Amino acid sequence: MTTAVADPLPDTTTVTQQHGLELLRQMILIRRFEERCVELYSREKIRGFLHLYIGEEAVAVGAINALSPEDEVVATYREHGHALARGTPPGTVMAEMYGKATGCSHGHGGSMHLFDAGRRFFGGYAIVGGGLPIAVGLALADKMKDNRSITACFFGDGAVAEGEFHESLNLAALWKLPVLFLCENNLYAMGTHITRHQSQTDIALKAGGYGIPHDQVDGMDVLAVGAAVRHAAEGVRRGDGPCLLELQTYRFRAHSMYDPELYRSKEEVAHWRRRDPLMLFTARLRDAGLLSEADLAGIEHEVAVEIDRAVVFAEDAPLEPVADLLKDVYAGVP
Amino acid sequence: MKTTYREAARAALREALQGDPRVFLMGEDVGRYGGSYAVSHGLLEEFGPDRVRDTPLSESAFLGAGIGAALGGMRPIVEIMTVNFSLLALDQVVNNAATLRHMSGGQLSVPLVVRMATGGGRQLAAQHSHSLEGWYAHIPGIRVLAPATVADVRTMLGAALREPDPVFIFEHALLYPMEGEVDEHPGPADIRHAAVRRPGRDLSLISFGGSLPKIIEAADRLATDGISAEVIDLRSLRPLDIATVTASVERTHRALVVDEAWRTGSFAAEVSAQIMERCFYQLDAPVARVCSAEVPMPYAGHLEYAALPQTDGIVQTAREMCGRG
Ligand SMILES: Cc1ncc(C[n+]2csc(CCOP(=O)(O)OP(=O)(O)O)c2C)c(N)n1
Ligand SMILES: [Mg+2]
Repeated sequence: MTTAVADPLPDTTTVTQQHGLELLRQMILIRRFEERCVELYSREKIRGFLHLYIGEEAVAVGAINALSPEDEVVATYREHGHALARGTPPGTVMAEMYGKATGCSHGHGGSMHLFDAGRRFFGGYAIVGGGLPIAVGLALADKMKDNRSITACFFGDGAVAEGEFHESLNLAALWKLPVLFLCENNLYAMGTHITRHQSQTDIALKAGGYGIPHDQVDGMDVLAVGAAVRHAAEGVRRGDGPCLLELQTYRFRAHSMYDPELYRSKEEVAHWRRRDPLMLFTARLRDAGLLSEADLAGIEHEVAVEIDRAVVFAEDAPLEPVADLLKDVYAGVP
Repeated sequence: MKTTYREAARAALREALQGDPRVFLMGEDVGRYGGSYAVSHGLLEEFGPDRVRDTPLSESAFLGAGIGAALGGMRPIVEIMTVNFSLLALDQVVNNAATLRHMSGGQLSVPLVVRMATGGGRQLAAQHSHSLEGWYAHIPGIRVLAPATVADVRTMLGAALREPDPVFIFEHALLYPMEGEVDEHPGPADIRHAAVRRPGRDLSLISFGGSLPKIIEAADRLATDGISAEVIDLRSLRPLDIATVTASVERTHRALVVDEAWRTGSFAAEVSAQIMERCFYQLDAPVARVCSAEVPMPYAGHLEYAALPQTDGIVQTAREMCGRG
């Protein structure tokens, strides 16, 4: 028998002012950063694919703030929010989008492939499902080395259809590895609604088939995400084996920059926008008397300055010389 | 009539779906979303969800299901969004699609068509930009086509569906907006022969798919320099029509092969070896290749540009081969 993780439900209603404001600051940073990215994309400063996380910020912020700095993080191509929440400086993320040498992946990766090994952010993977086996391996290394770290692996609902999802869950459970599988269920894989790509739409339930404890969490509520991840991480860290959380959320924008959104109605988007995680959390902090108008204005101002600086940093950053085209293919001269 | 590569690809799909009730299209986001490159836009509405089937992200399962459906008497067209994702289905291709006829002693036949986008040049970095059609051309038992013109993308699908064996069609993503001429009701393409796209005397420029526009442009520039380049479009990588290639090289005595894949083990290496085997004594210069740099595709625009074959490099190599370095 497998059980739900959060039993009894952890308290998600209280938060210290300091922690609450920090979570809010990170969510606002991600939102404003991406809004600036949209602008820069239309000015062709940022190229390639650009997948926005707008609407899903509570997931990365809630989850990553519930991890320890030694824990590993594996993410997808929709990972600006995860990198920023992990503490990767906005300037180096922006420089990466500009394809500059001072970007967090030296301009080699762009928006879909942010890496920050120093913060144990093991990157953005753009082959759907491709990150899961890597997370299993990172966890295997931790277990074999008797580290207390766990690996948090983010992936979408779409990835659940890939064989790699099932193979990874089975292997992680079989070997009792310290992986926390975090499924960002935003109801769509590109234009395909979950009811059109899953025979069993209850994703958490799939973990049960592998004997993995699982739970569903409101992914629009940053405190609920944080509490669930903290609780699940405890068990994983203790050596209980992997755990899966399904974080229910919604992407407010197109799949990538261009997308005619033929697959969903304006009403549906509007419905979810009423559950905007920034709006919900702002209201909650305000109601609890933890956030004044001046606090909010202060955060917005601080974030705006930080993003302006990031853009200046990216603009001024050097390009990698073409002579270095073959650098980093091997460790040294092959 | 004038149309785009994208619209021609769609017209070919529509014709195939209209012409044979056994034909159906399946792949990720081919229906409701309208196709990730908008190739199948409108086909769901026209043919319904039974024949234009959105699949989950399960490349191995739905390509394999295409094989099974073909065995079962259907004529599936499987779309893989981008060549890099086809690697998740490579087992089904190499171990099943390509082998079943032979392994069964000729009892089974897999009349499957697989289409996919390929190639770089759009700053999509190292997991969305590669040209792996040369790998597919390595596999006996399948056919590999690379339509480089609007007319070819319009007519190769119909020909592919007439084949009793699996056919893989690689559409270079940069070609989709390209305009060109095509008959309104063209017959199926000849998929057994390469094409001489432009006659010339001094050198043969040989390529396929997304690099064809580059060698045509190179031929234009070389012409202003007094170098007459013949342009060969391979069209089919497997089987390879080497006779058209060698006939050209026997006229021009010089061959330059352009291929967007990595140079080592590229399809250009195969073409080059076959020219060397057959035309060695007619050559006035070693066979040359312009390929991609041996690096996973970088995101930064200037690095990606440097990594891919470009007209400048093709022209320069051609000039050197003709003693005009
Ligand atoms: C193996 C593979 N197949 C197809 C794609 C194209 N693709 C990119 S994202 C995506 C949808 C993924 O949906 P989901 O996992 O739910 O993540 P989301 O984009 O919703 O965050 C698809 C089909 C891909 N990148 N990799
Ligand atoms: Mg999704």
